Amino acid sequence: MTQEEIETALIAELNRIAPDIDLEDVDRGHDLREEFDIDSIDFLNLVTALAKRFGLDMPEADYPQMDTFDHLHAYLVAKSG
Amino acid sequence: MPSLGADMEAGTLVEQLISPGTEVHRGDIIAVVETQKGAIEIEVFEDGRLENWLVQLGEKVPVGTPLAMIRAQGEPETPQPLDPAPKPPPPEAPPRPEPLPQPPGPEMPPPDLPQPEQPYPELRPRASPAARRLAAQSGIDLGRISARADGTVRYADVQAGPRQSGMPDMRRAIAAAMARSKREIPHYYLSHQSDQSAIEDFVTRANADRAPEERLVPAAIYLKAVAGALRKYPEFSGTYADGAFFPSDAAHIGLAINLRGKGLVAPALFDVGAKDLYTLMSEMRDLIARTRAGRFKARELSDATITLTSLGDRGVDGLFGVIYPPQTAIVGIGTPRPAPWVEDGAVVARPVTTLTLAADHRVSDGHRGALFLRAIDTLLQNPEAL
Repeated sequence: MTQEEIETALIAELNRIAPDIDLEDVDRGHDLREEFDIDSIDFLNLVTALAKRFGLDMPEADYPQMDTFDHLHAYLVAKSG
Repeated sequence: MPSLGADMEAGTLVEQLISPGTEVHRGDIIAVVETQKGAIEIEVFEDGRLENWLVQLGEKVPVGTPLAMIRAQGEPETPQPLDPAPKPPPPEAPPRPEPLPQPPGPEMPPPDLPQPEQPYPELRPRASPAARRLAAQSGIDLGRISARADGTVRYADVQAGPRQSGMPDMRRAIAAAMARSKREIPHYYLSHQSDQSAIEDFVTRANADRAPEERLVPAAIYLKAVAGALRKYPEFSGTYADGAFFPSDAAHIGLAINLRGKGLVAPALFDVGAKDLYTLMSEMRDLIARTRAGRFKARELSDATITLTSLGDRGVDGLFGVIYPPQTAIVGIGTPRPAPWVEDGAVVARPVTTLTLAADHRVSDGHRGALFLRAIDTLLQNPEAL
């Protein structure tokens, strides 16, 4: 999967969880959960969906590496690449 | 038409899921009703055969109106009207002398609305973060801002101010229930500081080797702790109607769920005390997903016996809830943050949050309330035992 494909998939999953947030208005380097206004269940649903889609474990110990849109994208690229 | 909360006066039948002559069984979902809170699935409460529908699709009828005739087995004559919910407490206010002029609020969906490709009503506007921030700062409900043709709300739209058509249905429903609560229920409030390190450790350990779909969040533990404390303090679980309190043996805990800019509902998780943490966790995820999609079961809205509201990990230290009538208590859990904590005479840093209880003075006193709140805290200190 290319970086662009991973980004498209990530955007699609975020849009399912936070359809009211426009990605163009989001600071990709700022706290993901703040930017998308997602709570712990939303975040768990996001991780569940991404883990399934990319065939990853995405352990809770790695959550600090998923704290912004950019970091989460980089994490998915590194783990699935 | 069941009552799905103290504030509901009428509902619109939008789906008839079975046709006349079909056998029905207790628990089957036979209809969908559109209310102020969204689309609600109506369950049948007896076995029998649906004789005929008494309300047409798209018809808006008052609470208490029979929706369908169901003939029980071995019942040849006089079929019983369907009455899926226990009788709601009578409306609190005397009949109004004249109908108040209705603000021209958002219309109920047209009768033939539920299209297969879009079964759920849109619950929230798409708004940019800047628009959301401005709305929050100025106390404007985003639901009152007219969206653009593409369905989004931008900063300038919020600046332009809310449209003049009055409150959306969801806000009106919250307003009615909360105004009734503040008018009728003599609340008292208690708060208690609680060390959350046992829960954080427990969740970290439990989740370490689990796939995402099997992981826990602290809310599941809070639910179990409240249910556990209710065993010893049952006077906080039940309903108050006609001057009397009706305790509930089972803890049906309403979970306050934020609907992203559209409001708040607190549908129930049933008999929380009887379920293990992981069952509860998956039921909670399912309930939240359905609630955010605007679809829940009638019983989930009408049968909660106490409410739990948890701010999660991006909130503030604590909150003082407003009781959802006819319930008599609401437990609040704040956002844990690192704070100095004294243990064995030494100051240590711990994740600390504020537990709160708002309860009904017609039913209980602060003494029992304090014991109840402490019991919740005690259970939270030993999550393994839950």
